[in-house]
Amino acid sequence: MLRTIMSQTLLDKVWAAHAVRTLPNGSTQLLIGTHLIHEVTSPQAFGMLGDLGLKVLYPSRTFATVDHIVPTDERQEPFSDTLADAMIKALRKNCDDHGIKFFDLPSGQQGIVHIVGPEQGITQPGTTIACGDSHTSTHGAFGAIAFGIGTSQVRDVLATQTMAIRKPKVRRINVNGKLSPGVYAKDVILHIIRKLGVNGGLGYAYEYGGTTFDAFTQEERMTVCNMSIEGGARVGYVNPDNTTFEYLRGRNYAPKGADWDAAVARWKATASDPDAVYDDVVTYDAADIAPTVTWGINPGQAIFINENVPLASDVPEKDRATAEEAYAHMQLTAGKPIKGTKVQVAFLGSCTNGRLSDLQEVARYIKGRKVSSSVKAIVVPGSQSVASLAESMGLAEIYREAGFEWRGAGCSMCLGMNPDKLVGDQLCASSSNRNFKGRQGSPTGRTVLMSPLMVAAAAITGEISDAREIFDIK
Amino acid sequence: MALEKITQTSGRGVYVPGDDLDTDRVIPARFMKCITFDGLGEFAFFDARAAAKAEGKTHPLDDARFTGASILFSGSNFGCGSSREHAPQALYRFGIRAVIAESFAEIFFGNSITLGMPCAVMSGQDIRAVAQIIESDPAALITLDLLEGKLSIADMDFPATLPVHAQEALVTGKWDAIADLLEGIEDVRTCAAKLPYMAA
Ligand code: SF4
Repeated sequence: MLRTIMSQTLLDKVWAAHAVRTLPNGSTQLLIGTHLIHEVTSPQAFGMLGDLGLKVLYPSRTFATVDHIVPTDERQEPFSDTLADAMIKALRKNCDDHGIKFFDLPSGQQGIVHIVGPEQGITQPGTTIACGDSHTSTHGAFGAIAFGIGTSQVRDVLATQTMAIRKPKVRRINVNGKLSPGVYAKDVILHIIRKLGVNGGLGYAYEYGGTTFDAFTQEERMTVCNMSIEGGARVGYVNPDNTTFEYLRGRNYAPKGADWDAAVARWKATASDPDAVYDDVVTYDAADIAPTVTWGINPGQAIFINENVPLASDVPEKDRATAEEAYAHMQLTAGKPIKGTKVQVAFLGSCTNGRLSDLQEVARYIKGRKVSSSVKAIVVPGSQSVASLAESMGLAEIYREAGFEWRGAGCSMCLGMNPDKLVGDQLCASSSNRNFKGRQGSPTGRTVLMSPLMVAAAAITGEISDAREIFDIK
Repeated sequence: MALEKITQTSGRGVYVPGDDLDTDRVIPARFMKCITFDGLGEFAFFDARAAAKAEGKTHPLDDARFTGASILFSGSNFGCGSSREHAPQALYRFGIRAVIAESFAEIFFGNSITLGMPCAVMSGQDIRAVAQIIESDPAALITLDLLEGKLSIADMDFPATLPVHAQEALVTGKWDAIADLLEGIEDVRTCAAKLPYMAA
């Protein structure tokens, strides 16, 4: 008995605490402790709720923000895009009608949902979190079980604070050792997806650990967990530790006083046991990872900056058709270096890399440098809180002086739902998470995913570059 | 709250001929930037209807004789393409309450059942026979009986079936996971009360 209790994963423990019952079809009715909503996937769900004559069961456990459709330059309402305007108004009304906390534009706390949850202290260890957005896996960085859901499930969670779901298996992913200078969390997750494939995580939750993760800051862990879904894993998490607790201490929604100590004790106990049993284990060495960029049309099509675009004959048979499609779309030649490819747009932002530490790290290097005259470079803080902190630290000035446009908080050029879009076949060096065809708003637009510092290097040189050379990092 | 037990659905019919009518046909992707599924009805088969108009023809869904029809008949592999929930929603909001085809794409089928919109299979021959009756008498009342697995029109019966799991889900009022989830609400409250962060 003791043995089984002592050898559980965090997923096992959180699942057991939140499993309401087993449904007739064998899936679990899982309690969702924290429900995050935004303007794109919630309005239809509220409509369905109304059709069924139902109410929100736990309005105090639902939190809203607006991110996908907000313009990042001219923020005056009404928005000129009438659909976008209708979407923000609908969210406002739904939150009012149901008594839901809304981090609205005038609040000073609005931002990308996956940045707002953590910075408000809403995202906590040992909890379950759902949001109608696939990058909800970000919140797993705190030792939460967090996943994206569809519209009908948003309705289910609003109405019942639960959803029907089957328990995933767990793959432990160890990364050990110290990353080389100029190599970042973004490179770690791009490397993992490259190795395991974009479907490698189907049916799995990814548990990230090892000494590299132990040493990571909370924000670095979020960058990795964010892209779990790009590897096919709906859930990705890191066991909570002192780094997690120190990040949460004092945040708006974090427990206070005696509650804090009790919470930390509980949170510690939710971490996977040392002898926990996993369905699969893979291990990587941090020293083997170099700055990584994508060359194709899915995040698994990635190479180190000094590698050549792979030949079709070098990719597995099953991936060849996609590779051919990728060469054509990206206008890249197989067997040739990706370094030196001309860049027209540089985008620094998104829920992957739009946090304060990302903006700070790049600012350290771009002082005194200038964005190439052939590049449009924009910096989009992930939230209004990130923006105001960065501004008070003088970062906005550094970026402006270097020739970046400093924007308001939102999803911006991560996807084509707001005015920030690629035009024609522009190539964008992007710190976001998806390089699908058309993702950045132009059907022929091209996206190359990379770390924030690599985006800065591309902005300055006007071509895909090795940030270590440009910024003399040894 | 129990969901309605959907044992039969009655109404007039409309025939939209064609095989492989995909979800882009049912609702073009550009109509997905929306705040509610409510308005989607008018976009059902939007491009096909516009194309018919441009050619001086009338799409069946715009034909005044079939206005108010709630049972849609079509060909094989209906609803193939993307997984968008918008497709069955558009039909439902247009006023369709059952779709009859030779076969259905799996995801469209599942999304439709979750909506409480039965998708029943009939043979191509029978569908064409029904289509002829509708053509000559658009007011003919049609009844799809899920318990009996038959479709009746003008004193004639045709076999019209759904896979057992879907048929059962509809007739027992469990076509949507929310029915099961709502039944567990007391257990939900008990479970939530044990979690300190839910109580706060
Ligand atoms: S930043 Fe991009 S990936 Fe993140 S929530 Fe917004 S659109 Fe989605």
